[in-house]
Amino acid sequence: MKIHEYQAKELLRKYGVVTPRGIPCFSVDDAVKAAEELGGKIWVVKAQIHAGGRGKGGGVKLAKSIDEVKALAGEILGMQLITHQTGAEGQKVRRLLIEEGADIQKEYYVAALTDRATQKVAMMASSEGGMDIEVVAEETPEKIIKVFVDPLVGLTDAQATELANGIGVPAGSVDKAVDALKKLYTCYMETDASLAEINPLILEGNGNIKALDAKFNFDSNALYRHPEIVEYRDLDEEDADEVEASKYDLAYISLDGNIGCLVNGAGLAMATMDTIKLFGASPANFLDVGGGATTEKVTEAFKIMLQNPKVKGILVNIFGGIMRCDTIATGVVAAAKEVNLSVPLVVRMKGTNEDIGKKILAESGLPIISADSMAEAATKVVEAVK
Amino acid sequence: MSILINKDTKVITQGITGKTGQFHTEKCIEYANGKNCFVAGVNPKKAGESIFGVPIYASVKEAAAETGSTVSVIYVPPAGAAAAIWEACEADIDLAICITEGIPVRDMLAVRNKMRQKVEAGGKETLLLGPNCPGLITPDEIKIGIMPGHIHRKGRIGVVSRSGTLTYEAVGQLTEIGLGQSSAVGIGGDPINGLKHIDVMRMFNDDPDTDAVIMIGEIGGPDEAEAARWCKDNMKKPVVGFIAGVTAPAGKRMGHAGALISGGEDTADAKLAIMEECGFTVTRNPSEMAKLLKAML
Repeated sequence: MKIHEYQAKELLRKYGVVTPRGIPCFSVDDAVKAAEELGGKIWVVKAQIHAGGRGKGGGVKLAKSIDEVKALAGEILGMQLITHQTGAEGQKVRRLLIEEGADIQKEYYVAALTDRATQKVAMMASSEGGMDIEVVAEETPEKIIKVFVDPLVGLTDAQATELANGIGVPAGSVDKAVDALKKLYTCYMETDASLAEINPLILEGNGNIKALDAKFNFDSNALYRHPEIVEYRDLDEEDADEVEASKYDLAYISLDGNIGCLVNGAGLAMATMDTIKLFGASPANFLDVGGGATTEKVTEAFKIMLQNPKVKGILVNIFGGIMRCDTIATGVVAAAKEVNLSVPLVVRMKGTNEDIGKKILAESGLPIISADSMAEAATKVVEAVK
Repeated sequence: MSILINKDTKVITQGITGKTGQFHTEKCIEYANGKNCFVAGVNPKKAGESIFGVPIYASVKEAAAETGSTVSVIYVPPAGAAAAIWEACEADIDLAICITEGIPVRDMLAVRNKMRQKVEAGGKETLLLGPNCPGLITPDEIKIGIMPGHIHRKGRIGVVSRSGTLTYEAVGQLTEIGLGQSSAVGIGGDPINGLKHIDVMRMFNDDPDTDAVIMIGEIGGPDEAEAARWCKDNMKKPVVGFIAGVTAPAGKRMGHAGALISGGEDTADAKLAIMEECGFTVTRNPSEMAKLLKAML
């Protein structure tokens, strides 16, 4: 689960990391009031969407007067902000963060994430703050340094100091950077984050260290023990179909193609998408109905797929193990009837009670195309949508 | 022969009284020699009772001491699953198989580091399979986990995969063209897990009754690349490889917690290329995994 920058900073402050003072806003009036309340002579108007690259896309602007705050807030609120992470249609800006200006002397990058290979927490830092870290990793990998933290021990002073010195924090500010790194680590662990990134972490003229921008992702398996994080969820930032699917416990991801797929199991679902691509079309979605697919779940899955106007055909691929093919066939027939299915439907079923399942499909009176292998199913659905 | 388990393995079931645990324990008991293999369950609140004729003990330690079991399978719900793994480890079990899906990553990090620390301090190593996995099976001998037993046939092909249904797909194809399996192993779809592809490939390489292997992976993480590089120098048997997720977008979690492209060599294309370089016969068509393997025998 992702959250907004202003929420990420709220979390960081809770753990003692210093950030600029700022106020989240939902309207231009709020933005003006926020700027007045913050005071000073310079403000930053920041679009809040769940995507990086907001500055380059025109979603982060500097204002030198209250009038400018008002004008910029009006310009940014409601705009379709396009960044390298939003896709071509962009994301509508519904929230702003109004912040006090900062005296930036130097920008660093710091982050915490789980390292799969070592099964430890990787704390990363770079002298090249304010840039896209993937570009730094690509072009100047030597400028990224990492330490691996044993979660039973925690980030040690020695490790944090190694990072601070490694990215060139001036001697007088090393203690402050070490403090910020340790607090970032604690925040990462205690909130069950899967990524906690401060980019940039800045050095100010007075030697202070501040988090100027921050990004968090959370482990969805752990959200049950973090109601305070769940409260941060902003459904406007998520794909409507994915939100709808999650209500029925369906793992669903929207994609760009025109063939809807309904599969049991995540690996088989990806393999089915890949096979569709291999035979000349593109999948419209990833959809794992899971191990206990009931008629209700299959019906909801059909409804969600068919809401997508791009879908010209559907491929159902089920490997019946514990879940029997006849159960699935009954569900598919009921769902197809309930939604008045008007696009070609290809069903491939394998495994337990395969024959009974195929018989149910054949006798349903519906124009269901049957297939034996994934490759045959993909060939047939691609042919059917031509 | 086979890897990790056989008809003589004695198994403890943690979470045997829960809905999932009950359902699958019954199926495992019905399969091949299961009746003699599944000898103990654990639930501190129901110690002294029994289910399907299997006695329930208060702890893994007690169950192991009473029955001589060396393997434990875990169906405990996510919030308590990491603690259940650690309990098996503290009882010096040889192999813990965790089926549970949805365990918080932080809990897995903690238990994996505790397991490492125990071994470093001279303690006995417990192997972990999973979590979020279907388990493993040695056909016609024993199945431990949630896979459908009837699709398997005894034979000489090893199968290893992160995905449950994709393992069944490979097994189903093999059985259909007359190739049986020595063992089929699901290592699970989580980012922090126990046995990895490389560990299972080592075991298949050393198993005199395995002639060839189908290795299936997916997007996310470095494990398949690591296994492929090891195989290049060490593997003496033919390997067919498939990676799911060529069409998966970056940055999205594709069902499995670990199936997430986050940069580097963890895309399907990158992994397929590395596997090919390392001498695997790779395919982008998952329907032909078994056919390709047969051609190499």
